Amino acid sequence: MIEFLQQLINGVSLGAIYALIALGYTMVFGVLRFINFAHGDVYMIGAFAGLYAGPKALRLFGGQPGYIAALLVLLFAMTVCAAVGIVIEFLCYRPLRSRPKLSVLITAIGVSLFIENVCQDSHVFGPNPQAFPTIINDTAIEIPSSWGTFADLTVTTSQILVIVVTAGLLLLLTQIVLHTKLGMAMRAVSFNSVASSLMGVNNDLIISFTFGLGSSLAGAAGILTSIQQPSIDPLMGILLGLKAFVAAVLGGIGNLPGAVLGGLLIGVIETMVVGYVSPTYRDAIVFGVLILILIFKPSGLLGRGQREKV
Amino acid sequence: MRAKLILLGALALCAALSQITPSVNPYYYDVLIGIGINIMLAAGLNLVNGYTGQFSLGHAGFMAVGAYLASAMSLAIQFPYIDWPDWSGPRWLWAPKGIWLLLAAPLRLLEWMHNSLVFLAHGLPAQAQFLCVLLYGGAAAALAGLVVGIPSLRLRGDYLAIVTLGFNEIIRGVIQNAEPLGAQRGLGGMMRHTDFLWTFGSAAVCVYVVLALVNSTYGRGFLAVRDDEVAAEAMGINTTKYKVLAFVIGAFFAGIAGGLYAHFKQYIHPDGFNFLRSVDIVVMVILGGMGNTAGVCVAAVILTILPEVLRRVGIENRMIPYSLLLIVLMLSRPQGLFGGLGVARKKGPAIAK
Amino acid sequence: MFNSHIFRLALFLAAGCCAALGEEDIRVGEFASLTGGSASFGQSSHKGTALAIDEINGAGGVLGRKLKLIFEDDQSLPGQPATIVRKLISQDKVAAVLGEVASSKSLEAAPICQENHIPMISPASTNPKVTEVGDYVFRICFIDPFQGTVMAKFALSKGWKKIAVLTDVKQDYSMGLADAFVKGFTANGGQVVKEQKYSTGDKDFKAQLTSLKASKPEAIFVPGYYAEVALIARQARQLGIKVALLGGDGWVGDSLLEVGGKALDGCFYSCHFSAEDKAPAVQNFVARYKAKYGSEPDDMAALGYDSAGILAEAIKRAGATDGPKLRDAIAATKGYAGVTGTISLDAHRNAEKSAVIETITNGAMHFVETVTP
Repeated sequence: MIEFLQQLINGVSLGAIYALIALGYTMVFGVLRFINFAHGDVYMIGAFAGLYAGPKALRLFGGQPGYIAALLVLLFAMTVCAAVGIVIEFLCYRPLRSRPKLSVLITAIGVSLFIENVCQDSHVFGPNPQAFPTIINDTAIEIPSSWGTFADLTVTTSQILVIVVTAGLLLLLTQIVLHTKLGMAMRAVSFNSVASSLMGVNNDLIISFTFGLGSSLAGAAGILTSIQQPSIDPLMGILLGLKAFVAAVLGGIGNLPGAVLGGLLIGVIETMVVGYVSPTYRDAIVFGVLILILIFKPSGLLGRGQREKV
Repeated sequence: MRAKLILLGALALCAALSQITPSVNPYYYDVLIGIGINIMLAAGLNLVNGYTGQFSLGHAGFMAVGAYLASAMSLAIQFPYIDWPDWSGPRWLWAPKGIWLLLAAPLRLLEWMHNSLVFLAHGLPAQAQFLCVLLYGGAAAALAGLVVGIPSLRLRGDYLAIVTLGFNEIIRGVIQNAEPLGAQRGLGGMMRHTDFLWTFGSAAVCVYVVLALVNSTYGRGFLAVRDDEVAAEAMGINTTKYKVLAFVIGAFFAGIAGGLYAHFKQYIHPDGFNFLRSVDIVVMVILGGMGNTAGVCVAAVILTILPEVLRRVGIENRMIPYSLLLIVLMLSRPQGLFGGLGVARKKGPAIAK
Repeated sequence: MFNSHIFRLALFLAAGCCAALGEEDIRVGEFASLTGGSASFGQSSHKGTALAIDEINGAGGVLGRKLKLIFEDDQSLPGQPATIVRKLISQDKVAAVLGEVASSKSLEAAPICQENHIPMISPASTNPKVTEVGDYVFRICFIDPFQGTVMAKFALSKGWKKIAVLTDVKQDYSMGLADAFVKGFTANGGQVVKEQKYSTGDKDFKAQLTSLKASKPEAIFVPGYYAEVALIARQARQLGIKVALLGGDGWVGDSLLEVGGKALDGCFYSCHFSAEDKAPAVQNFVARYKAKYGSEPDDMAALGYDSAGILAEAIKRAGATDGPKLRDAIAATKGYAGVTGTISLDAHRNAEKSAVIETITNGAMHFVETVTP
């Protein structure tokens, strides 16, 4: 029982990361209706931005890890990723706006491969894993022994942090999308981009903003994973990005709470498969979930079905 | 009729050329065989991605199925006295008992079929054996194509791409756990049967089949599915049938190509059939122009030689120029280098909406 | 620059056109992964090999001729080694091939060397199958079963009776090592309390470690590669697992200590070479390596260095560079004093040599003992 609870905690903290990345997929899909294949690589760039900013932020605070330094690093990585996302959209996806969706998908694959391989070059980041600086003391939280058997559970500060930050960012995001003018414009573009432009919405601006927002969430995810698992490499985003995409589809693509639910579910499923079945089937089962969802409920758990118009 | 004559001519040419090839420098020969294998892969994928407009990102998975099963069969013929591990035994699957029970019956059937084929192929001369081995690999891959194709049919565009990618990973995952197929060690020890005639003969047949299909009633069906699936269905075309057919034929030739690859390199490893290998083939199809078989073949030739040229000029990471090429092509010439020159010229954009 | 590219392109297209440069040099081919997944190992072994070739040439070469190292990167991609080795043999006419670290790459290249009767020396492929390919394929490192047994005996000598095993199922290396360890450990009275698995590239091991913790082991054997091991160690400590981790030569890598840090204190692993070894040959090598590359040599660098050394010595003894004679000379290698220990090749073309056990304290690797077979 304790082991199961422990696995559940592990799964939720892993799922929170998936959720952050899945939010980016879902938002971009919402406005542009295509899979931003390079999203996982933006997440990787976020981690490397932290690698660059971490030591500098620590120096500001006398070399001691702390929450303010970590917050600075987080904001820096989010800004860098937002910029990267906007640039990618501007250079590679905007010229293809009117082209078939598949051209955009192929371009996105190209962008993803380009980022991964350029970053593997020894003049950029190099192919080897690198150590992420300690910006927060990641320790286990003591559970008082009066809790009985629950005292055997281990929860680390980074696990709590990941969950809190993800929840905070989700709240912020729903505020932006549901209660601001920009958010209203985003929803309008997502609902019908032609009509929204007729109503005076600057579609290009809104799409750039959405890309920036989604990419900054990936950047945040990059920092949060690196705090937990301080070994980063240029290929870290491939599999994680794909799984986050599965999470987005599971929750219902284009649906914000759905992405979070999907992320948490995938995290828990993966952890349980590893803990109780066999780690060799971890990836196969995640993809199996995707295939099952797409066959039986293509709109996802929280998504609404859409009818194709001819 | 003319096409058949051209095919016969091409086969005769291959036979004639194969008389000289043994004297070719082995390094160039290696690249040459690579070209033939890539032509088959790209022409087969072109049927799915180009003509039928179903974007598949898992072609290397089918190649893996062909390579592994062809190798398993030729090894069983080559070493009949070795006691091969029990195929359907529960151990190699490493799965919990429930799953194993589900899989046991079909696996027993496959094992029995595999063993009887090996037994039947035993008395044949070496070249005929190799033909059986290749066809077996192709058939297995076609079966995999059917299994992947049917559930994927409900999906379009991006979703299909991701699902085929997922299937590619699942196929690799199964091989990585399959003890009789060498698991993570890779599989080696196959005889080097593949030569110039086998490779380019198969490539010629593959190109012929694809072209003949496209120019037949079936071809119109493929194109109709690509250009407007809803309209095609409204006109009474069984879109399901065409999509599955394209998948199965593409997978069949990928399987043959896998068999040829395995019997040329004499060692195969699951990592050689990953997502990047699939992207390689997709780049060939896109560079050549989706739905333009001649262009795709030329692209396969160019993209097989390109890494060797890059090696010479000191660019080791070929994926950087590859990915740039992909982006620039999509931005400036989405119909591919040779697109708009071939069969698809009558129709506007070469890529389905 | 551009012109030279066109020139090279033309050269390539003109099939059969062979550059006839420096006829007096003895050409030695090498293939390794400088990019891609296993780049870290490839980079090191290549540096070691290049250093050895430079030194041999500095001392006048062999048979009065210089050695010329012709190097290709296989990008850690399956399918590449076969093409590259064919190029090295038929295009560059090398006398012998050095490579690779990863067993799967060596297995792909070995049949081609065998077929062309060109000797191949792998610096660090520890999988037993590699040298079974044929009598032209050699290795200068110990094989997985030996290393596993060494660690099993070491664990027992520490008084640990209950051990858990965490294996990387995507690496045959890891599974071979785990098998040998489990056999050696249980045969001598130890008990394996729990086995768990992970895959290369995983970042989160809390699920496996949680289930290992429940079995209360006295130590955990993790025969994986450094990238994952460092994270495993950190996460184990976070989950309150305080026992020592044990491992093999896959632990040696740049980022092990950077990432693992304090979490690895008190852990032990077996490897090929220790830079702390006081033997003068080793200290000389370490100094020269540092002077050339500015960093400490690791195991792969030392093995790459020895592979070139053994080849040069064999060429000297053979007095010729043709395949069969060179093969016989390499096979007759006895008591070669390398930086990774005294190396003799046995009848199966595997090296008989000692292993080194190191420990980690305060974020640095320290020599514990040398174990001879």
